[in-house]
Amino acid sequence: MTIRARTMQDAKQQSHTNAELNWWIFMRISGLILIFLVLGHIYMTFVQVSESDATFDAVVNKLANPAWKFYDWLLLTLAMLHGVNGARYSIDDYVRSRPNRAWVRNTFFTVVAMIFVLGTVGLFSFNPY
Amino acid sequence: MNINVKILRFDPEKDRKQHWETYQVEASPGDRVLDVINHVKWYIDPSLTFRRSCAHGICGSDAMLINGRNRLACKTLLQDVVKDGGTITAEPIRGLKVEKDLLVDMEPFFDAYRSIMPYFINDNPAPAAERLQSPEDAERMDHGSNCILCACCTTSCPIFWVNGSYIGPAAIVQAHRFIFDTRDAATQQRLNVMNQNTGVWRCRTAYNCTEACPRDIPITQLIEEVKRAVMYQQA
Repeated sequence: MTIRARTMQDAKQQSHTNAELNWWIFMRISGLILIFLVLGHIYMTFVQVSESDATFDAVVNKLANPAWKFYDWLLLTLAMLHGVNGARYSIDDYVRSRPNRAWVRNTFFTVVAMIFVLGTVGLFSFNPY
Repeated sequence: MNINVKILRFDPEKDRKQHWETYQVEASPGDRVLDVINHVKWYIDPSLTFRRSCAHGICGSDAMLINGRNRLACKTLLQDVVKDGGTITAEPIRGLKVEKDLLVDMEPFFDAYRSIMPYFINDNPAPAAERLQSPEDAERMDHGSNCILCACCTTSCPIFWVNGSYIGPAAIVQAHRFIFDTRDAATQQRLNVMNQNTGVWRCRTAYNCTEACPRDIPITQLIEEVKRAVMYQQA
């Protein structure tokens, strides 16, 4: 939510939504899940597999499994949403002028959305054979 | 001991921006910062402008940025902030418009305060005696009711500095005082104010407020308690 109210009077008149509350809860839960997803991913990709086995074919084999695809996609989604919302907090806090805030946010959201779409398409259309 | 008192001065009729001025003052280590600022005003430069009222840490008028930290000038002893021959700095609290010298416009601060309805609300007819409360219930609002509205917390908050639409820690502490008062009946309305995007969700837990509070209120903790109360109310 953009901050539209300029005075406390405006703020009072604003309708109530739970958007900020939901984002706050989301940040806590996704942060917790991401810790395990990322550590698990590091373990399964770099520790469980010996260096000689970490080949392109190994990745291809892995991604043939829908569970792996889902794991990676969950990681991508949560990381993107968690990161983009954290950056939104910073932009709202530090970009003071409203026009600047609008274009900074919109550019940022567009770039992130493109990365997310590219990642999703790349993941699910991945078929080297 | 001899100290230098460096004050950030601003006269709207003469100056285009703030500038530092230094005054040499003789004082004893047990003096308060307010005493030396009073000395500057009374004996050196009468045009120096600042707020102070009770001078005993209760009215909350003389909050200022002393040596880079928000404190009450009347509650800060020289021996805690300066050595003999040293310098103390005094600046107006940040995030509010400076009107003159150390005097700022407190209106946005009290606007935020008013928005949380800082008064007891209960339409039930009052009992013959007091509205009684258990000691445990009263303890819930011990910290909140300690607040003297000096604005040390709100004007130390980086979110408040940058984006004037944040309601600020002081108003949330005041809201906490009524939200957790078992006798008050307007919890719902106050939680709604807290749930707006100018409310508690803008707090990023920087902890500046807790460090600045001259009344030792664990402000960040209270803000988190209000966040949780909003969450359970909406659940």
